[in-house]
Amino acid sequence: MAETIQFELNGKKVEIPLEKNQTLLWALRINFNLTGTKYGCGLGYCGTCTVLMDDEPVRSCGILMEDVAGKKITTIEGMSVNGKLHPIQQAFVDHDALQCGYCTPGMIMNAYGLLLKNPHPTREQIVDGMEGNLCRCGAHTHIIDAIESASKTMKV
Amino acid sequence: MKDDKYYRDEVPENNPTFEVDRRNFVKLLGGGLFIYFQLGEFLTGVAAEAEQQRSVPKDYNAFIHIAEDGKVTCMIGKIEMGQGIITSFPQMVADELDTPIESIKMVMGDTELCPYDAGTWGSLSTRSLGPVMLAALAEARLVLLEMGAQHLGVAKDEVTVENGVIFVKNKKSKKVSYGQLASGKKIEKFLEVKPKAKDFSEYKIRGKSFNHADGVAKVTGQAMYSGDFRMPGMLYAKILRPPSHGATLISADTSEAEKLDGIAIVRDKDLLAVLHTDFEKAEAALAKIKAEYKFDEMKVDDKTVFKHQLEFPSESRVVKSSGDIETGKKNSDQIFESEFHNSYVAHAPMEPHTALGFMEGDKVVVRASTQTPFGTQDGISRELGIGLDKVRVIAPFLGGGFGGKSAFRQAIEAARLTKLTGKPIMVQWTRQEEFFYDTFRPAAVIKITSGTDKAGQISLWDYHEYFAGARGSDTIYDVPNAKTTSYSSRDVHPFGTGAWRAPGNNTNTYARESQIDRMAVQLGVDPLEFRLKNLKDERMIGVLKAVAELFGYTSAKGPSGRGYGIACGFDAGAYVAHMAEVTVDKTTGKVKVVRVACAQDMGFCINPQGSLIQLEGCIIMGLGYALTEEVKFTGGDIHTNNFGNYQLPVFSWMPEIQTKILDKNEAPQGGGEPGIICMGGVLANAVFDAVGARLFQLPMTPERVLEAIAKVK
Repeated sequence: MAETIQFELNGKKVEIPLEKNQTLLWALRINFNLTGTKYGCGLGYCGTCTVLMDDEPVRSCGILMEDVAGKKITTIEGMSVNGKLHPIQQAFVDHDALQCGYCTPGMIMNAYGLLLKNPHPTREQIVDGMEGNLCRCGAHTHIIDAIESASKTMKV
Repeated sequence: MKDDKYYRDEVPENNPTFEVDRRNFVKLLGGGLFIYFQLGEFLTGVAAEAEQQRSVPKDYNAFIHIAEDGKVTCMIGKIEMGQGIITSFPQMVADELDTPIESIKMVMGDTELCPYDAGTWGSLSTRSLGPVMLAALAEARLVLLEMGAQHLGVAKDEVTVENGVIFVKNKKSKKVSYGQLASGKKIEKFLEVKPKAKDFSEYKIRGKSFNHADGVAKVTGQAMYSGDFRMPGMLYAKILRPPSHGATLISADTSEAEKLDGIAIVRDKDLLAVLHTDFEKAEAALAKIKAEYKFDEMKVDDKTVFKHQLEFPSESRVVKSSGDIETGKKNSDQIFESEFHNSYVAHAPMEPHTALGFMEGDKVVVRASTQTPFGTQDGISRELGIGLDKVRVIAPFLGGGFGGKSAFRQAIEAARLTKLTGKPIMVQWTRQEEFFYDTFRPAAVIKITSGTDKAGQISLWDYHEYFAGARGSDTIYDVPNAKTTSYSSRDVHPFGTGAWRAPGNNTNTYARESQIDRMAVQLGVDPLEFRLKNLKDERMIGVLKAVAELFGYTSAKGPSGRGYGIACGFDAGAYVAHMAEVTVDKTTGKVKVVRVACAQDMGFCINPQGSLIQLEGCIIMGLGYALTEEVKFTGGDIHTNNFGNYQLPVFSWMPEIQTKILDKNEAPQGGGEPGIICMGGVLANAVFDAVGARLFQLPMTPERVLEAIAKVK
């Protein structure tokens, strides 16, 4: 019997065979078909693959599956409940905080992690917290606005 | 002013005409009302630009479908990469057909369902396709009214339409909806269209702001990009890449890779790929291949490239000439000679090139992140030696393009591998592959000799553009003796180059606006005043005055120490003027952009919100090529391979941004590119104004800033 690992994914217990060197990013994209988590650079520079691991934002391209055992993983697909957008998602829509949309899931997950830790950040703290997530279209100022506005409506 | 690059007259002759297969189309959509348009003339210029193998289709090639439920489907060959036509086109359609915007559905970038289109670039969708589409839609509306009148048994001038419902003017209860007209039948209408001038102020939905129509799909992760599709039996392909451009494969030992579970190896001429159901397993197997290469590389690197360019044999052509350069020299009181350098920069969209190929019978279907679905279809047909009718290309959402996804190498790779194996093949480039095969914005040299007379007028402008591209190289100023010469060569670059957001214009506007600033400073005239004094074009003057007001500009001679910069330019039919404020750390050489203001005249603006976002995006993206972005290389070996050594603009850089789109009742123009062209010039001029040191090379890295400051001392 192959070794397996168990963890919690978007609120559900899941189990998959443990593959040596498999990263969380590709497990999500291939094993679970959760393609909202994007590949951007593979080395942790860009943040498009950001998910939450035990409520901490992590670069899923740099997390090995063996380190995911027993953890709680939240992806962009786990953000809206019964079709109702999460306040951060809603704020991104309302503030038009995207263009091509490819960095958007990573931005939202990173922002979620940020707000979980610091529910009412200053603008500077938002900028600091988002610094490592890249956006090529230049939606930055709208993204900061969206996070600031979500911090006012979100209940942690 | 004409944007010559995108309106050439030559159309390649003796090329096969591609007829759109209407039967397929009708089969897919079922019943309802189909309206076809002929957009032939509009397509003439752009097809030549694309160097595609077919000539402009003679057949009807734009479609509107009205279903029984009143839903209107509009099919266009353009793609959505964040620029926002998925939002603005429904505005146009809804307005012109008098039907609710919610009833409009866009089908885009599918070579089987959509009319031919040369590609999504050049900020052309709205300004070029737009007017023809509008005329077509106006005709369609008349046809619908006619059908409605007939249905209601009245004369056609007795009916009108609101919200997709046709009714008798003096008896509102007598009515029929578009959907009812389409009900239970299959009606086909063929219209010939001649675009006509419109009064844009009559529009109801256009001119209003709409947030991204695809916003919800994109914040939930539901929006599908090429790499997000899954098919039974799908395999990831990892392709053996040479260590540099100019390296040729001599031998490859795949024996270690073959030992791994589930790996298949495909070799066909120059293509060697490993296949596996898992991306990372394929990657691991690829790393086990031992390959030998021979090298034949150009002796040039990122330091010597400008010397190399000036020495390289090239073809020159005079882009524009007025008066006489010698006369200009004689009439000049002061002469200014400058040489400007600009580096190779990458497109670096967040989504690397990706494609999924699969077979449908004997047809190769490819879902690809491409700005040119039809060009990609041509390329695959050519490469595989199969007919266009055996290739279908579909472009889902693109994670950014900026010109880089006009190149479609990854789609050819997916098509070849799927044809060879018969299996669905996903080619997902890594970031390293993306940097390696990117068609960079070319490095370039601009030489300018200009002069001013005793009255402070520009009397001479002799402009030489080496390998930047001619777009934006005309002087926009009123100069009696002016000449622009463009130098080009296919072989000057050691790797691929191509169109990068407002191709040519970023380099040209940087050089021109820096030179204008130099002259103003030397004459002791405020740089805004100097520009206004030497401009005749009212629209350029208009944007300059507007930006000065927005910025709160007050007159001063440069360098004023305030760190204020000015630049203006013309691109894609639109006029832009920027002002910026920077601070420069004299000990580190680091430039901090405090604020940027921009005024844009783009004619009538269809979606002000969308346009402002594009404008802001241009400003932010422009910070990168002005300050940090530069591809490092030795010969064909590209050292830049990930974001760790290629710095994009980040959150902490964000300046205060002030934008204004002038309210104009004139034909809509491009909005995806103009706002970026001034960023090099406006920041270089601002740096000069801050520290009195002029930078003749982009990007303005701390080292170069310190070097320039040292020269002044």
